[in-house]
Amino acid sequence: MKYAIEFHEVWKKFKKGEKLNSLRDTIPHFFRKRDPGTILEDKEFWALKDVSFNIERGGVVGIMGPNGAGKSTLLKLLSKIMNPNKGWLKINGRLAALIEVTAGFHPELTGRENVYLNGAIMGMRKREIDGKFDAIVEFSGVKEFIDTPVKKYSSGMYSRLGFSVAAHMDPDILLIDEILSVGDAAFQAKCANKIRELLNSGATILLISHQLNMIQSLCKRIILLQKGKMVADGHIDDVLPLYQNIIYKNSEDEIKRRMTNLNDQVKIDTSPLVDIVQVTFSNTVNIRKEKFTVGDPIAINVEYHAKEKIDDPLFTMEIIRADGVLCCFSRTDQCGIRVGSMEGKGNVTIIMDKLVLAPGIYMVKLSIWDRNMIHPYVVHSKNVLRIEMTGGLNQSKAVFLPDIKWELSN
Amino acid sequence: MVQMLKEIFEYRDLAWMLTLRDLRVRYKQAAMGFLWAVFMPIVAVCAGILIKQAMAVVSHQSLNIRGIMSISVRVLPWTFFISSIRFSVQALVGNTSLITKIYFPRAILVLSSILACLFDFAIGSGVLVVLLTIFNVGLSLTLLWLPLLLLLLVLFTTGLGLILSCANLFYRDVKYIVEVILMYGIFFTPVFYDANTFGRLKPFMLLNPIGSILEGINQVVVIHLAPDKFWTTYAALISVSIFILGMSIFHKNEHLFAENI
Repeated sequence: MKYAIEFHEVWKKFKKGEKLNSLRDTIPHFFRKRDPGTILEDKEFWALKDVSFNIERGGVVGIMGPNGAGKSTLLKLLSKIMNPNKGWLKINGRLAALIEVTAGFHPELTGRENVYLNGAIMGMRKREIDGKFDAIVEFSGVKEFIDTPVKKYSSGMYSRLGFSVAAHMDPDILLIDEILSVGDAAFQAKCANKIRELLNSGATILLISHQLNMIQSLCKRIILLQKGKMVADGHIDDVLPLYQNIIYKNSEDEIKRRMTNLNDQVKIDTSPLVDIVQVTFSNTVNIRKEKFTVGDPIAINVEYHAKEKIDDPLFTMEIIRADGVLCCFSRTDQCGIRVGSMEGKGNVTIIMDKLVLAPGIYMVKLSIWDRNMIHPYVVHSKNVLRIEMTGGLNQSKAVFLPDIKWELSN
Repeated sequence: MVQMLKEIFEYRDLAWMLTLRDLRVRYKQAAMGFLWAVFMPIVAVCAGILIKQAMAVVSHQSLNIRGIMSISVRVLPWTFFISSIRFSVQALVGNTSLITKIYFPRAILVLSSILACLFDFAIGSGVLVVLLTIFNVGLSLTLLWLPLLLLLLVLFTTGLGLILSCANLFYRDVKYIVEVILMYGIFFTPVFYDANTFGRLKPFMLLNPIGSILEGINQVVVIHLAPDKFWTTYAALISVSIFILGMSIFHKNEHLFAENI
């Protein structure tokens, strides 16, 4: 038994919509010849398609993928809650799942009773829980309230206690699903330590998370899923760029859709004096481009149309990251440019020699203001700038990736 | 099946914890607490006596102590049976979050809800023993049959509970059907009366294994006679096969629970 987890050509399907729930529909269904479940019937879809992998003992593997990739299904199969329709999987060792750690809690029972109940549900013997009880309570930090019914707990206390029970199982294999969103920063640090402790004890860990830094700090190997298929399985440095690109592509589409909706709904001014007709991105040689990589030169071309004569307008350009952080800002007068008066059609170009923003999705917002910056004539924020990840670059935590040189001197 | 029993045995602590949970939850925030476990069977017995009294008045017979004892002795196992079935039908559906999120042998849920009812039954039996002593029903060697009869009762209840809980998970219709059957069941089971009252129709009353078991219990506890050989064997066969059937049906469908609940 070399492997802790073996997955062999696993297929799993689910059904959309309501399942048949009344006897009338079922009886004919029952007599129909049934195939072993390998063909999709009406409204069914594959949540996992032909997934195979092995994880050796003591391995720490991250599972990544956008929403709906089948990550949770995979965990459910692993924890034996469901069986695959096709293929098989094998688990060697005691498995604990840090998924829904409070599922076993009963609100009417006290913290103490729930610790025992939850421990037993996760497969611990009573004697074992007796031995670990103090450690569990200490870890959770709800000692004072341990004899209070958990219905009176705050939601943070609730999940902290649940996590503590699960974390003290001493499993051979640990499944973790976005667990560290529990509690405050101090508790999260505690959790991370606990996981490291387990890791050092030689446990096999399977981690599902969207928190890149956590995955980065724990896992060497990543399995990437997309729409139920295994897209990649390999070293984190090779897989992460793929993942980033999938995510950015998805969120870009999402943002674009949202922004078109927004623009349909809200019209800032029915007949603005100036209108921004079009904004395009290109490299400096004037070739249009949509995708950029770090370090590329970029030119943002703004095409406007002024219906009346406007004196001394100001242009502003903002680059905003998908999560709302304003990364760049520039205004014509600050750069020593006076636009003068404008009328009719015209072009303004903003040039950046080197794009030093980290890979991600950005919104480029352009506005034209009156000379006193009191009100904008027009705000244009339909444009999405996508900076893709290139291999080897892993500094996704930073906002900027400027050229930085290190020099050593003795 | 052996494997299933083994796994259940490994999780025996969980069964115990869940039983405790059921009991605690049932009696928490009730002013009278677990006194209800004593009180409920007494109410049932009183209802039985009332009916018996009414029947006695109609048929111009006097109601004797032995009759009352006989009712009490039957009502308790019957209450155990119906409450076990009621709780086990809900045992899976009422624990959706556990079933969809954590793995453990699901039969534990049904078993623990039956165990919780067994606890109530034990409390009630304690009260009953006091009553039986007060009214001097007496002891005899035939009481040795009692554990066997109770075992049959538990096996039958468990088997049926497993089947029904499983069925209710897939089709919620089952809950209503069970409710109806339990409601009218008391008229077709010798609880408030003797099977003998029915004369020629007696076998029909005893075809229901609960009927045969109740008759047997009454026979050994109150009348001090060995239970009827034929009907006891019959009840034993049915109970054991229902138990085995329940276990295997449950086991076969267990992996479908999480998706279909």
